[in-house]
Amino acid sequence: MRRLPLSGIHLVLRRLLQLVGVVVGIATVNFFLLRFAPGDAVQVIASEAGSASLEYVEALRRQFGLDQPLWWQYLNYMSGLARFDLGYSFRHSMPVATLILDRLPATLLLMTTSVLLAVFAGGLLGILAAYRPGKWQDVLISVLALLCFATPLFLIGLALVVGFSVWLDWLPVGGMFDIAVQAQGWARVLDVARHLILPALTLALFYMAVYVRLMRASVMEVRRQDYVRTAISRGNGPVRVLLVHVLRNAALPLVTMLGVQMGSIIGGAVVVETVFSWPGLGRLSFDALVQRELTLLVGVLLCSSILVVLVNWLVDFTYAVLDPRIRSSRS
Amino acid sequence: MGGFRGWKAGALAVLTALFATGVARAEEPKVPKKGGTLTVIAQPEPVILTAALSTSSPTGFFSGNVFDGLIDYDREFGLKPALAESWKLSEDGKQLQLNLRKGVKWHDGQPFNAADVKWTLENVWRKYHPRNQALFANVESVDTPDDHTVIINFSKPSLAVLSSLNSNGAQVLPRHLYEGTDILNNPYNNKPIGTGPFIFKEWSKGNHIVLERNPDYWDQGKPYLDKVIYRVIPDGGARTAAIEKGEVQYAFFSPVPARDAERLSKLPTLKVETKGYEWLSPWLFLDLNVEREPFKDEKVRQALYHAIDRDAYKRIVWFGFGKPAISPVVSTLTEFHDPTVPTYPFDVAKAEQLLDEAGLKRGADGVRFRINLDYLPYGEEFRRSAEFLKQSFKRIGVEAEIRNQDTPTYTRRIYGDRDFDATIQWYAGFADPLVGVTREYNSSGIGKNIPFTNGPGYKNARVDEIITLAQGSGNQEERVKLFKEFQQQVQKDVPSLPLLELEFFTLQASDLNDTVTSVDQIYSSFKNAWYTDPSKR
Repeated sequence: MRRLPLSGIHLVLRRLLQLVGVVVGIATVNFFLLRFAPGDAVQVIASEAGSASLEYVEALRRQFGLDQPLWWQYLNYMSGLARFDLGYSFRHSMPVATLILDRLPATLLLMTTSVLLAVFAGGLLGILAAYRPGKWQDVLISVLALLCFATPLFLIGLALVVGFSVWLDWLPVGGMFDIAVQAQGWARVLDVARHLILPALTLALFYMAVYVRLMRASVMEVRRQDYVRTAISRGNGPVRVLLVHVLRNAALPLVTMLGVQMGSIIGGAVVVETVFSWPGLGRLSFDALVQRELTLLVGVLLCSSILVVLVNWLVDFTYAVLDPRIRSSRS
Repeated sequence: MGGFRGWKAGALAVLTALFATGVARAEEPKVPKKGGTLTVIAQPEPVILTAALSTSSPTGFFSGNVFDGLIDYDREFGLKPALAESWKLSEDGKQLQLNLRKGVKWHDGQPFNAADVKWTLENVWRKYHPRNQALFANVESVDTPDDHTVIINFSKPSLAVLSSLNSNGAQVLPRHLYEGTDILNNPYNNKPIGTGPFIFKEWSKGNHIVLERNPDYWDQGKPYLDKVIYRVIPDGGARTAAIEKGEVQYAFFSPVPARDAERLSKLPTLKVETKGYEWLSPWLFLDLNVEREPFKDEKVRQALYHAIDRDAYKRIVWFGFGKPAISPVVSTLTEFHDPTVPTYPFDVAKAEQLLDEAGLKRGADGVRFRINLDYLPYGEEFRRSAEFLKQSFKRIGVEAEIRNQDTPTYTRRIYGDRDFDATIQWYAGFADPLVGVTREYNSSGIGKNIPFTNGPGYKNARVDEIITLAQGSGNQEERVKLFKEFQQQVQKDVPSLPLLELEFFTLQASDLNDTVTSVDQIYSSFKNAWYTDPSKR
């Protein structure tokens, strides 16, 4: 990153081009793929109404633009996209972008919290297990990790709700804040935090399990390396050896995994958001799918994929910081 | 879990509790107390907050709090004044006069008057309201001789109209906010301005809807509650937890599986209520595709009917909620229901005999024929219904393959592609069979891809004729006679097998009073509800 000018701009341009490619690809594939699903938004609305006449259904189709030929709908959508317009959701009577932006903060908050929690707790437990291989600490941590990984997300979530909300009455059952109280300022931050604990924990527990296993294996391997032995023999303290020599290399697989998993974390959020009534993107997209709100769904998928691309850039950047060899090979 | 015996005892306890409170109320009328916040589960979340533009139930459950009906119901299908203080239907049934209440104001302070009613009828009910389009089809003209009188002139007698003038069937919109706008995209659809007991404050999508007490409500002293909050809780388990913990004090339309309701009803803080749904007149049925073999033969259809033990079905699948059905017009509609229709009691031998007569003998593997069985994906009870029927049919040598799909796929399959053999479905029949029942048998709707119409593909000239006659008749006695003949005919042909008169339940906090005051309560408002001790809420 020190020799920015020419190669830097080049790199940024290449990245942006990649992003545009991803957006066009995702939009096109999803636009057509989703239309294979039987039924359309109008049918869902008509069946929700419990009764409908032919005139009513046709009026809705016209309004939604579903009576137009498919290629025309596609061209319309893509030309909107070129103007950064994600389209309009007739069902919600709102622009898709507004709907998504409304939900994005909740999703980002939940995701960031649980990812950080999963990485730190998982990393820490993994290191602990690696330093005590075969001992009871290792066995306990490994069993716990396996248990968390094997239990379906919604089950962990419901168990936590029954335990901490219904029995102990410490935390709220769901939602993002207490509507009756309508707290402001710091009280509101605290309120949201209280509501965040259970969903974040549920999501984190599952992914933590992966990081524990990964970190354990990785740390054990690195500790056997010659340079670590050298470092120890040069009289470095165990903490310094861990932080400076072991962790830096052992963290690489963890970071790789993180990038790969971002996509599935957004997917996993659907379940957690549903169980905890968390008003995030996952639920929005799931509802959109069931309701055949395809414009909205493609919009959410686009945003998620952009998010995944951005996170992967961050991962690449982290690589470069962690491992100078990668940096030099790039520039 | 106490098993089956425990459940019975629980049901008994609930029943006695319900009965006891009913008696107590009759003895000493308690004075309602003001105050408190009511938190209600809104599941699924409404799509739009204006019932005039969508008859979907989540919208209806909410909308009655913000908008008044022209006429309300009491607990016995009797009519009560609301926005209309009085009404008169002419002898020939062709003219309806509504005398509107004076001094009623919209929530934005504008006066409510006859022009609002006229405008909404002409521009909304006749154009966008899926049920009212048919109901108001014969309207010739609407006169407003003064600000508080509306006279509707019909070209043909229209007796069913009076059954649908509540806030769900005939929701009046404020003309001054809608006239000249794109009605379906009017921003007020989602921040409604009504005349009702509660004023809309906020809708945070995916979270909640907040309503506040209307201090200037025309019904003096009401409502009693300060605030009503609708919370969106999409997961069934989480709903159960929120109700159990008391975070929510009111949850309607069978918000949790019947199994959980049974457990929750034993808590002292909660009670189960099954009243307030009568206006829906819902019935669950099995549609048989009569356009296909082997269901072209009525003997086969009757055989399947005989094979189903409806008492056991109600007990096992619905945990005792509901009542075995004998007709698509449910028994709570005492005026129209015909108890003398041909019935098909549970009788396996009879069923087998009918199938033998139809020439469908058991094969070497004991199977007579195979069908696909679809079901409306509206929750656990529907899936279990399919499993129950599969077992029932297996006994008479009919192998059913259960198919699961999401709602759009389902409606497309049944009402569009018509690629099915048999399907489990429920409709709301409403207070007049013409509004909700006849669509299931009217041949004009077959295969046009309109959800919730004639599923079996049943065509009977006389039935079509009866429907037309009932629609245009100005004589209620004659209409009742027509609908009885209608029931006799469709229960003889059985293209669709009515299985259960559905009974929905509400779970509510036991210190919340007077939540049910009408047969259409779930489409009505919380204006009569009050807490025993509002200071705790």
